[in-house]
Amino acid sequence: MSESIIEESILSRPTYGTLKIVPGLAHYFLADASGAECVIRVVQELPRDMMDKVHILYVPTPGEAALITSLYALGANRFEHFPTIEEAVGKLGEWLSDAKMGTQLYLAGTEGLVGQGVAKGEECGLDHTAVQCEHRGSLARRVQCVHCKTMIEDVTTQPVKCPSCELLLFVRDHYSRRLAAFQGVCINAEDPTEEIEIKEVFK
Amino acid sequence: MSASDHLIPVVVSNVVEVNPIIKRFEFKHVNGDELPAFSGGAHIVVEMLDDGTKRKNPYSLMSSPFERDQYAISVRRDDTGRGGSKFMHEQVRPGMEMKISAPVNLFSLDLRAKKHLMIAGGIGITPFIAQMAQADKLGVPFELHYAARSVSQAAYMDSLADRFGDHVSCYCDDQGEGVDFETLLSSQPLGTHVYVCGPKGMIERVVETATHLGWPAAHVHFEHFLAPPVGEPFEVHLVKAGIDITVGAEQSLLEAVEASGTPINCMCRGGACGQCETAVVACDGEIMHNDHWLDEEQRASKQLIMPCVSRFRGKRLELDL
Repeated sequence: MSESIIEESILSRPTYGTLKIVPGLAHYFLADASGAECVIRVVQELPRDMMDKVHILYVPTPGEAALITSLYALGANRFEHFPTIEEAVGKLGEWLSDAKMGTQLYLAGTEGLVGQGVAKGEECGLDHTAVQCEHRGSLARRVQCVHCKTMIEDVTTQPVKCPSCELLLFVRDHYSRRLAAFQGVCINAEDPTEEIEIKEVFK
Repeated sequence: MSASDHLIPVVVSNVVEVNPIIKRFEFKHVNGDELPAFSGGAHIVVEMLDDGTKRKNPYSLMSSPFERDQYAISVRRDDTGRGGSKFMHEQVRPGMEMKISAPVNLFSLDLRAKKHLMIAGGIGITPFIAQMAQADKLGVPFELHYAARSVSQAAYMDSLADRFGDHVSCYCDDQGEGVDFETLLSSQPLGTHVYVCGPKGMIERVVETATHLGWPAAHVHFEHFLAPPVGEPFEVHLVKAGIDITVGAEQSLLEAVEASGTPINCMCRGGACGQCETAVVACDGEIMHNDHWLDEEQRASKQLIMPCVSRFRGKRLELDL
């Protein structure tokens, strides 16, 4: 797993940093398999007496167990894992609804996970400066079809066909923090018969 | 151009002695017109014509933002100050005509907050009285923690406790009470914004504690108006105007510039807003920086000064005015 390389683009396109522990009353982590190593890297540096402030949510790759064991072994106050990002983000919302000011949120992994974590944090009242993101793994995008509002996960091609309304969508760098999704806009609206080559570009 | 260039003619409709050191002044428009709308935390600048000296001091509005027929401010008497508060206490009577600026808000509620946590020290209570009326009407949770030296000096403590009930907690130094900032700031739900207005030491303790606990800076709000300090008179050369002016002992540099008829931007007149920031062309001496605006590096450079509260001691000061 290599570190993220995201090309410079428009302002709306998110960029990511490197997780670093900052002062806080409590530290919440959300990661998928590609981001697990980031969580392990920063949490294992913490003194033991801080571990009761640490809460970790994890979305493993199906069938994988080694990283679950490593994350569990960190000794966090709470550690839970879920098969989908949606369920893990739902649990994050539950945890944050009881959280206090001074809470820090750390997100690591693919853009879909990071983006949905950011949106949930904001919904729960977390200031964006209290949320840190580190991108790891695939550059596959979560895309909203702006025409029928369908969310398309793990988009790797340009353009992409909307599975719901079947329009061919150009995946823009224009990103919605609220929806945690890139915007997909019909690429051949004027001439739907126009043939456009579909290439794999978001790897 | 500044907010205090367009003054509103008002009549003093009421003067109330709240306690031995604090008086409340109420103003209505001379024509009975509605006064400009404002939001909780806003202040006005009151012009005082005191025996040939013109002073303009900022005071927070404490009346409800939903009542536009009159404004109310409270003034704490400071006998060691330049005389503004003394003038208000001794000279201002009901029926007197005065001029005030339109309201300006440098300390507004962040309406995205899920809860407003307000911390007041002494006369710093005034902006919160307007903010609580606003938060109460908006139905957003709020809490006031109000500390004062003694029961007798705690303006409005009883009436606020009656009006807002459980939302208000009071602390008096002479009863051995104090706010435990660590505990208070450790127990606030996510999405809370904290606001503090009071003595410098209190603001510093709240900001430091919140930062240490991991509160984002954007959720921590404070207001600390300074009264311009008194000092030795000094000379200043205004380069663009090509004139020399003298700043009197009880006059601010800003007031002296205004008295000379030289245009200058300003807003809060208390070292907080940054509007009057002025470039220093030459400085042979020491600038006494009294503002909250310039950072350490800017101060050390001797290239900028905030004329509303800062003074000078030395041989020559030239300003880009």
